[in-house]
Amino acid sequence: MASTNTDSRAWLSSPAAVKKGVPEGLWKLCEGCNQTIFWKEAAKRQNVCPECDHHWYVSAPDRIAQILDEGTFEEWFDDLEPADPLGFADKRSYADRVKAEQRRTGMRDAAIVGSGMIRARRVAFAVTDSAFIMGSMGSVVGEKLARTVERAMELNLPLIIVSGSGGGARMHEGILSLMQMAKVSAALARYDEAGGLFISVLTNPTMGGVAASFASLGDLVFAEPRALIGFAGPRVIKAAIRIELPPGFQTSEFFLEHGFVDRIVHRRDLKTEIARAIDYCGK
Amino acid sequence: MAPQHQLAFEKPIYEIEERLDALKESTVDHEDESIREELRSLRRQRIDLTREIYGKLEPWETVEVARHPDRPRTSDYLKLAFEEFVELHGDRAYGDDRALRVGFAKIGGNKVLVAGLEKGRTLDERTACNFGCAHPEGYRKALAKMKLAAKYGLPVVTLIDTPGAYPGVGAEERGQASIIAECIYEMSRLRTPVVCVVIGEGGSGGALAVGVGDKIAILQYAYYSVISPEGCAGILWKSHAFKQQAAKALRFTSSDLKSFGVVDDVIEEPLGGAHRDHHQAANLVKQYLARSIREIGSRPIDDVLSDRYEKFRRIGVFVEDGQMIAGGEARQA
Repeated sequence: MASTNTDSRAWLSSPAAVKKGVPEGLWKLCEGCNQTIFWKEAAKRQNVCPECDHHWYVSAPDRIAQILDEGTFEEWFDDLEPADPLGFADKRSYADRVKAEQRRTGMRDAAIVGSGMIRARRVAFAVTDSAFIMGSMGSVVGEKLARTVERAMELNLPLIIVSGSGGGARMHEGILSLMQMAKVSAALARYDEAGGLFISVLTNPTMGGVAASFASLGDLVFAEPRALIGFAGPRVIKAAIRIELPPGFQTSEFFLEHGFVDRIVHRRDLKTEIARAIDYCGK
Repeated sequence: MAPQHQLAFEKPIYEIEERLDALKESTVDHEDESIREELRSLRRQRIDLTREIYGKLEPWETVEVARHPDRPRTSDYLKLAFEEFVELHGDRAYGDDRALRVGFAKIGGNKVLVAGLEKGRTLDERTACNFGCAHPEGYRKALAKMKLAAKYGLPVVTLIDTPGAYPGVGAEERGQASIIAECIYEMSRLRTPVVCVVIGEGGSGGALAVGVGDKIAILQYAYYSVISPEGCAGILWKSHAFKQQAAKALRFTSSDLKSFGVVDDVIEEPLGGAHRDHHQAANLVKQYLARSIREIGSRPIDDVLSDRYEKFRRIGVFVEDGQMIAGGEARQA
């Protein structure tokens, strides 16, 4: 499931990639238009390129600031941290990898969850950050999301999950990661029976086991423009079928055209669009 | 006679089998006591050696057994374990996927709906079913028929044997991620008993899509993993050559899965693996399925559904407040 997403179209999926070869802080190379962009100009536009509208990477804390009303976010279950149930090691141990990712991102794992207001409507809100081990879902992400769904159900709140995951299910936690897909999906099924409203927002990239579970299960599925979305990573598909992939393959626009995305929403409109959908659904 | 496909670690077994065959053929006089004694001794050696070799398989060797071309497929179980199979083909949307076979079936006198991932055996069969890699239409067909089963109170049995869901352009266009998600979601609340058996390869999301149920069992030498050992080695070791290491690191053998609480039961295989005795393997699976269906079917469906939820809800290991939490201990407390 852990799909490979080091394709050239995996724009800015990690902060490290953004910094490469460009003076830190001032200028960034936009992978959408290949122009060097004054960083502050993009930052003013919520990390959207002022030249080509390309949607750059947004960290989980920044995403919370962009979507929720200022000062309303209350974090839930923030003391969950990864264990190392398999004692997994490749060239490097999973335990070391986790520590390094925690230092680099300031997060304990790839998801931040909690509640807050969107234009004065209270919601349960979760976001996965594609920078933490490729935004992959292990036991912590699965547990935090399942608890968030359950609490949204208890409190009768609409649920918004913003996904960013190039990794899908986290292979360092093996089968336990795969089972998180079932755990979160089962929680969503109960929430659905209880009449809950779930809006899933797909951002670049949303792949593998994340795409093949909660991210696809929204009552409404929104996607940011030109996000990479899909089940199998483009490299895996290329290797399997040995043909060049069609242009625009596995983008938000591709999935809209094929009927799997309800709306493509520009980042500046995301907050308004979510609030409006909540109103239409009477929540 | 030794099979055409021989696994390297099974070589000593085949050598004894060849000696047995040679002795049987060269000997005219089977009444000769010394020859009969030698045959007996060779047979004993074969059993001891098979037991010894299979008693200490490396994870990668288990993968080789799980992928053995002679290993019984879904189609073999349909013939040998089930008394009847009435195939249903329509997904009502796109087409019939031969990688997922679905239909009414009878097993041990129980009427069920069976959905099984099929790899095929001959080259034609394997090509027709994409080597067991299902497309969205296969999953859509399985889901539609599982809902039909729930409507009429038929228990559902799934047989899992796939390298993974098909990675291709058409599969993406037709919503591979979306349909896998939907299968998992709907199976978690399907109002009928569901029993799933991993009979060979449990390849990631493509396996889980038909793998949510009240009882999850795995055959002794099958495996069930988040990613293939080759895929994992390619990503983390940057080379498929490290597949043995990846196989070990991923902890996906039947005994590991049981210890993680991911499977409820391990179905023991005939000595030396299911590929050595299809009938016995089918019989063991049949007994397990018939017993499980009866057990689950005797309970109120709301209890069954709430246990199904809890079973998956508990899976995971993490640290909370500095405490290691495994198997949902925090939820029970």
